[in-house]
This record gives sequence, C-alpha cells and structure tokens, in this order.
Amino acid sequence: MDVSLLITCVVDMVTPDVGEATVRLLRAAGCEVRVNLDQTCCGQPGWNAGFAEEAAAVARTTLAALEADLDAGAEAVVVPAGSCATMVRVFWPELFELVGDHDAAARARRVGERTRELSEFLASRADHLPPLRLGRPVTVALHESCHMLRELRVVDQPRELAGAVEGCEAVAWSGSDRCCGFGGTFSVKLPEASVAMADEKLRALAAASPPAEMLVGCDTSCLLHLQSRAEATGNDMPVRHLAEVLAAALPVEGESE
Amino acid sequence: MTGHLLPGTTLRQRTAGAVADDRLRTNVARAVDRFATHRVEGLGELDDADGLRRAARAAKQQVLADLPALLERFADNVLARGGYVCWAPAAEDARRYIVDVVARHGATRVAKSKSMATEEIDLNPALEAAGAEVTETDLGEWIIQLAGETPSHIIAPALHRDRHQIKDLFVDTVAAPPDLGTEPTELVSFARRRLREVFLAAEVGITGANIAVAETGSVVLVTNEGNGRLVTALPRVHIAVLGMERLAADWAQADLLLALLARSATGQRLSSYTNVVTGVRGEGEVDGPDELHVVILDNGRSELLAGEYHEMLGCIRCGACLNVCPVYRQTGGHAYGWVYPGPMGAVLTPLLAADQPEAAELAGASTLCGACMDACPVQIPLQDLLLSLRRRKAEHAGRTERAAWKAWSTAWSDPRRYRATTKAATWTRWAASLAGRLPVGRDWAQGRTLPRPAGERFRDRWKAGL
Repeated sequence: MDVSLLITCVVDMVTPDVGEATVRLLRAAGCEVRVNLDQTCCGQPGWNAGFAEEAAAVARTTLAALEADLDAGAEAVVVPAGSCATMVRVFWPELFELVGDHDAAARARRVGERTRELSEFLASRADHLPPLRLGRPVTVALHESCHMLRELRVVDQPRELAGAVEGCEAVAWSGSDRCCGFGGTFSVKLPEASVAMADEKLRALAAASPPAEMLVGCDTSCLLHLQSRAEATGNDMPVRHLAEVLAAALPVEGESE
Repeated sequence: MTGHLLPGTTLRQRTAGAVADDRLRTNVARAVDRFATHRVEGLGELDDADGLRRAARAAKQQVLADLPALLERFADNVLARGGYVCWAPAAEDARRYIVDVVARHGATRVAKSKSMATEEIDLNPALEAAGAEVTETDLGEWIIQLAGETPSHIIAPALHRDRHQIKDLFVDTVAAPPDLGTEPTELVSFARRRLREVFLAAEVGITGANIAVAETGSVVLVTNEGNGRLVTALPRVHIAVLGMERLAADWAQADLLLALLARSATGQRLSSYTNVVTGVRGEGEVDGPDELHVVILDNGRSELLAGEYHEMLGCIRCGACLNVCPVYRQTGGHAYGWVYPGPMGAVLTPLLAADQPEAAELAGASTLCGACMDACPVQIPLQDLLLSLRRRKAEHAGRTERAAWKAWSTAWSDPRRYRATTKAATWTRWAASLAGRLPVGRDWAQGRTLPRPAGERFRDRWKAGL
C-alpha cells in the first residue's frame, strides 16, 4: 500500500525519532512511504486561537502537498498525531468553508476521507505487521489524547497495538482519558491552570498500580507538554510516542530500507 | 450591565489564584468526580441514552424556533390562572419589577430557592438595598450567602467548600454551637432548623424555573431539599424568575427534559422534589400563593436567538459540562469571574456579559478537549461555539498578537520559508529569545522546560535517506 506521511511540524522539528519510527512501522506493515517535503503544518495553532485566515493559508500549503501525493498514487495519508489528524479530517473542511474557499474545502474532504491517525492505520493493518517483541519488558501507561477519543473516536487501537507487543504491558490508571492541559495557546494564556492539569496527570501516573515505567501516547504535543512539566519538577519518567515503542519491538531483520 | 464580572482582574489572575489553593482543588475534584460518576451510572440505566439526548436536542431546537409563540402561550396561561407576567428586557427591568412587588406588600422577609437567573440579575443586593432581608434556602446557596460568595457551580453552589469549612462558617456567622459536628447530617439538621424559621416568616418567596411549560403555564422546580416547595407554598406571594429560553411546549417535552436533567446533573432518575406551580392557589386548595408573578428574563437572549450562538439557549443548566471539564476541575467556578462557570459559562459569559470587555477572554478558558460536548444532554456543540467566540475575539486582537499570527502564517504557508524558519540553528536562537523576552516563551517557561529542537529535522533525515 502506498501511503503519504503527514509528518507534522512538531515531529519534524522536535521529535524526528518519532517520524523515523513511523516510517519503519509503516514499511514493516507493507507500505510504501512517501513524504512530500512541501508540507508545513496543518494550521491547528491558528485555528484554535481564532485566526482562521492565517490558519487557512498554512493549511492550504499542506493540503496541496498531501493532495499531490494522493494524485500520484498514495492511497492514504497517515499522521503520527491525533490532533493533527483531527485538524485535517474534521476541521479543514470547516476552516476552508469559513474563509470562503469552497474549492479547498472540497479538496480537504477528499484528503480527509483518506487520512488516518497512525495507531488507527496500523491497527487496520495489524495482520501485515510482523510479530512485535521487546527485548526488555516494559510497563507503560497510555495517555489517551482528547482529539483521538472525542473527535476521531480512535479509542481502543493504541491499547490493542501495545497489547500485541510481547513484553509490553499497558497499565490502567486514573484519569488516563483526561486532558493533559496543553490545549495549544491555552498553555501560554493560562499557564498556571495548564501546569496544574499536567501535574494532576503526573500525580495519577505516579500512583498507577502496577507502576508504569514509561508514559506513552499518540500525540507529540501532549507528550511534550507532560515531559516539559515532568522535567521541570525533577520527575524523570520517560515519555515516548507509541510509534517509538512499537518500532523498538520490530524484529531486527524486519527492517527494510 | 448584569451580574458581577470581577472588576480589575484577568482570567489568568483568577485561574492562577484558584489553582494555588490546594484545598479548593481537592474539594472541587472530589465533588465533580462524584457527580460525573453518578451521571454515567444514571444514563447507563437507559436503553438508549444517546437517542434520548438527540430527542432532547431536537425538542430544544424546536422550542427555540417557536419561542415567541410559545412564550405568548405560556404567558396567556399564567394570566388565565390568576398570575401576573413581567417581560423583562434587561436585568434592571427584572430587578425593578421584583423590588416593586416586594415593596407593594410591605414585605421585609424574602425566602429564595436556588436560581441562577436571579444571580444573573444580581437580585439580592437590590432587595437588600430596598430594605428586605433575603435568605437563600438551598443549603449550598445559604452557605455561600453566609460566606459572602457567589455560586461556584450551577447545581452545587458551595461545592468548593468542605464540611469542616462549612461548620466553621456556621459557627462564625450564625452562632452555631462550637461543638457542632462536621457530619453532613449534623450540618444539615442545624441548617434545617434555621431555615424552617425563614420559610414560616417569609412574606415573599422567590424561585427560578427549571422548565416552564407553555401548554399549562406551569413553572417546574427541581430540587433535592424540598426548599422549592416550601418557598412556593408558604409565603403569600411567589415570584418565579425564568430565562426566556427555559420553555417546553408541552408536558411530553418537559418529561423528556426532566428525564435527562437529573440524570445528567447528579445521576438521579428524578430529583427528590419536582415541584409544579400552576397559577395561584385555587378555591379549596390548601397550598400555593395568593399572588404569583412570573418574570420572563430576556437580558440578551433575543439577540442570541437570532444569531449563530442560538444553540447555547438549549442549555438546561444540568452542570454536566462543569463536572467533566478538566479546567473547571482545577479552578472551580469563581475563576470564571461571572455568573456561569465551566464550559457553558465560557460560552455564555462573552455572550450575555458582552457589555463588559473582560468577558471575551472567557472563550479561552478551555483546552478544547471536547469532554463537555460528550456530556451535554442536549448535545450543544460547546467546542464549536468556543472556537467561534475565539474568532470573534481575534477580530479585536491587539497589534502584537495579530502580527505574531500573521508572521506565523506568512512563514509557514510557504515551504521554503518553513524550511528556513525550522532549521535547528534558527529555532534554537528563537527558542532562547522566546524564553527570555517574548511573553509566549515566558509563559511557557512558568514551571515547564522548553522543548529542545532536534539537531536535524525529520525532513533532513528523510532527504539524507531513511
């Protein structure tokens, strides 16, 4: 299967390892991966802040890049971030309609129909994946991010994928489905409330039983927020994207370059 | 001018103050967890809770579409059953009417049952200024009245206080014995003894209205303490204040809304008391007021009805969105600064308190996590409304904020400029200056480390061959 990767600005700039892990996983699942380097950002920061025109200009650029990949034969767009996948699938048509660009809205609908969040996509191709096994067993706590739960309704897939890895145990913890407090500009407009929300998540994580050794999620922005708060308070809980955990569990010989 | 948006404070100052109060956060989290859990259990009993929510949404939308005619019908039926109707375009009209009624009866003792509409019109200070002694008879409302506070939750106004604080308050303000126990039953029985005196002495009773039924001109009051019944049955005069959107066309609609209201609020199938007031006391009837006034409050609602935010008028004031909101959970209700807190308040405040410039920033009191939309019994698209309010606010953004978004948009709508601005070296420089000088960096750095840019971007690795 030929897929186009929407890498997302955050993964591009801050966590390229997540991007690399995503590529390895997609290839392991039997996909040809293309990355159109004319993509920039999905426009979500401006959209959430109320700056629709500004967001639309950014989104239009990435729309053109993804569309070009679909035109060239890609069958799906895969995104290693629930909130960016939501932006494309749910909010792009609304955004473009709002700024009066009906043509872009129609094109966005076509791209949106083909767009899948990474865990959602991998779960749908689970039978193509090789057996996954971690050399060193690890207990993880999954952060269920808001847009995946309540917009994409991708609820079970991350847990199913983690559960399919030999040596990976996902523990239940209180408030795993509660917002981390990032919320884009919310994090800088109301930083004290934002940090308090992160703290409650981190406290719940520390209280998980059995204890978790690692915090894992499917949205880099949530994970960076929690990690930034954890670091600032001397909490050395490792934070990883699910793609990194899964890619680490790929068989060594399964790597195809 | 309505309510009491805290003057001279910003949303950020208020939320920062609230989250610094550990006891407040503990009390709020404990209370909302209990409500939210009960809500899930209560709705879980239904065969098709989502179907019921869809039906309720449709019913409310129909009511809003027919609102002028339904209001006329409701008012006609109130009049036909011996009541009076006041159409109050604004808060001050409602206040003036109510103060006049109280004055006309020479009443000095007024008993109230819980009503957010009377909070919205800031009624109590007006009555007190006119010489009446006003007592809130809902236990939570009484507690915050004694504390000189406003409700921090639309269903449980004193949920930010724990029982130890409440006991101390009773001792300090109403001469409760210092050895009064802190068990809820002891606190409640102390309050009950005091409030019984109020019910018996009151000359005028004032209530809100959870639902107003057009077909019979009835006002429906939902309480768990029975105070709504006492306030409407004992005093000679009853004044009910209702937001003009609280209509149901008929009892079938009222039944549908009642089925969802208590379950969404507290998980109950029905609240302990569902009180229906239809007209004045009839011949041969034992209970009910000699005189009934229904104040129908507009206060900005007509304007909402005509515009893109009309769906917000479907709100049945159950509080479910507050109970699931991760922001409310940290801050409680006072941080929102006006009458209505939580997600519904973040939408309503900029709309109903639009005359106060500080109200617009309430649209930012959300991470857009969507939990409120999932919980809303009438499926109001709260997140979409918040986004729309943010766009409205952005139109009046300051030059710096506007310039920042413009710069972002210009840079990232062009692949070449995106590449230039995201080079690790460039970004490291930016990050350093952001953290030190620009407000956005300073605010992030409040208790958080700055994310470090990777040495090379994903796109560099891809080009080099992955």
